[in-house]
Amino acid sequence: MLLAIDTSAGTSVAIVDGGEIRAEVDVRDTRRHAEVIGSLILESLDDAAAAVRDLTGVAIGMGPGPFTGLRVGIAAANAFALGADIPVHRVVSHDALAFAQYLGGTTGRILVTTDARRRERYWSAYQGADGFTLPERIGEPSLHRPEALEHEVAEYASFRRIDADWVSAASVGLLAERLGEHGRAFAAPEPLYLRSPDVTLASGSKRVSA
Amino acid sequence: MTAPLVLGIETSCDETGVGIVRGETLLANVIASSMEEHARYGGVVPEIAARAHLEAFTPTLESALAEAGVSLADLDAIAVTSGPGLSGALMVGIAAAKALAIALDKPLYAVNHLVGHVGVDVLSGEELEYPTVALLVSGGHTSLLLVRDLVSDVELLGETIDDAAGEAFDKVARLLGLPYPGGPEIDRAARDGDPQAIRFPRGLSLPKDLEKHRYDFSFSGLKTAVARHVERMRDAGEVVPVADVAASFREAVVDVLVTKAIAACQDLGVPRLLLGGGVIANARLRDVAAERCGASGIELRIPPLALCTDNGAMIAALGAQLILAGREPSGMEFGSDSTLPVTEILV
Ligand SMILES: [Zn+2]
Repeated sequence: MLLAIDTSAGTSVAIVDGGEIRAEVDVRDTRRHAEVIGSLILESLDDAAAAVRDLTGVAIGMGPGPFTGLRVGIAAANAFALGADIPVHRVVSHDALAFAQYLGGTTGRILVTTDARRRERYWSAYQGADGFTLPERIGEPSLHRPEALEHEVAEYASFRRIDADWVSAASVGLLAERLGEHGRAFAAPEPLYLRSPDVTLASGSKRVSA
Repeated sequence: MTAPLVLGIETSCDETGVGIVRGETLLANVIASSMEEHARYGGVVPEIAARAHLEAFTPTLESALAEAGVSLADLDAIAVTSGPGLSGALMVGIAAAKALAIALDKPLYAVNHLVGHVGVDVLSGEELEYPTVALLVSGGHTSLLLVRDLVSDVELLGETIDDAAGEAFDKVARLLGLPYPGGPEIDRAARDGDPQAIRFPRGLSLPKDLEKHRYDFSFSGLKTAVARHVERMRDAGEVVPVADVAASFREAVVDVLVTKAIAACQDLGVPRLLLGGGVIANARLRDVAAERCGASGIELRIPPLALCTDNGAMIAALGAQLILAGREPSGMEFGSDSTLPVTEILV
């Protein structure tokens, strides 16, 4: 039984077990991740009538997503796993979106996008699902303006585009379970920020006298 | 009640701090700093600090547990900084603390960072008497507090209205071509300088300013005055006497900090002054404070330097005091508050 968390959009927390969603709760507000994360974990455990000792791992969506919120989920997942002495299973949040699509009957090539703010979208391309319905991603998740995406990534123009505004933690959990069952690789421990930190380089000191 | 074993988590600025105390006894104080990553920008970059907290959190926690020789299951409670500080940075500690508290089924206390700087003094082994005035000086804050009771009655007397003192050190260091962080660099450069060489302004110290800002600080005018002085010399083709400028600047900062802190003690009839914050590492500040407190009959308390800079032990120590005072834990609803007032000791 996994506790699953995704904060790449709003805050979503779920409990999954053997391909079943036992609980899923969310707050879609994109500015309150740190406030709600604890209550959502407690609520999902409660809804699933599960205790911490019933959990065998924590599944976490590593993004891409806006940094501040994304980090809240990852920090919580890491700390929870440490406290409960269970492993963390990391997945790419877009892979969870694609997995949900394929589970729901979508076939073939899809382009999954999510809001990156600043009039850009995060996107990932998939050529289809394998025999276990696991999505086959082509390349790393990237960042583009929606209009530029069509031009600069012309080869994906024929892909069915799925603009998601939400990543469900249950999908993250179900994907983690299935990756684990089939011995597939999980995502790397680095969050998929896809943007460098905003910094203004100190360009020497500005003159103060005229 | 037996002394509670408390884990403290601090991520309000650029130090990831995890400390463990048993009541008033320090068991571990581990700090991972992202300072070097900020050096090329000349100041703390909030997003870089927040990213570093996420990376450093687990290893820092693990080494604190090893240092204290305790396991997570042994803990009685967890305390975390909820503010003031950089919100993105605070959120990392808050999220981790909440998840850890749930996984371990331990009570969670969300506490005030500034009051933590005062609370750390309980680890010194000597009982701190109240009331006390506290002067907290770092790169993120410059505040003067009146502490009547650590867990229930803290009042803000004054604070900086522009830059923190530590920031002023960083900015003037850059002006003089010295690296970041500026505090230790200015200190080193000032060693052979004459602190009386240049009379730089003391912010908010004129009678008209004192009416409204008796206990407030301002360092931006001082920084501008130093910049003007340096530019005037460079324009005239003269060599800037870095040692004298550094010493005179430092003297102006130290003078205004100590003068206002002592004025607060005298005005309020409080014969005690406690120092805290990273800028306390500045030897000149400690010396001048000791000298003038001695002359004024004020008892001066300076916690060990490792406990003056931002750290998790101070958060754990304050958490333990709140538990010993019978206060209820914070629950799960709190968030980060970048401007959390000192009156909110426990959120
Ligand atoms: Zn501080």
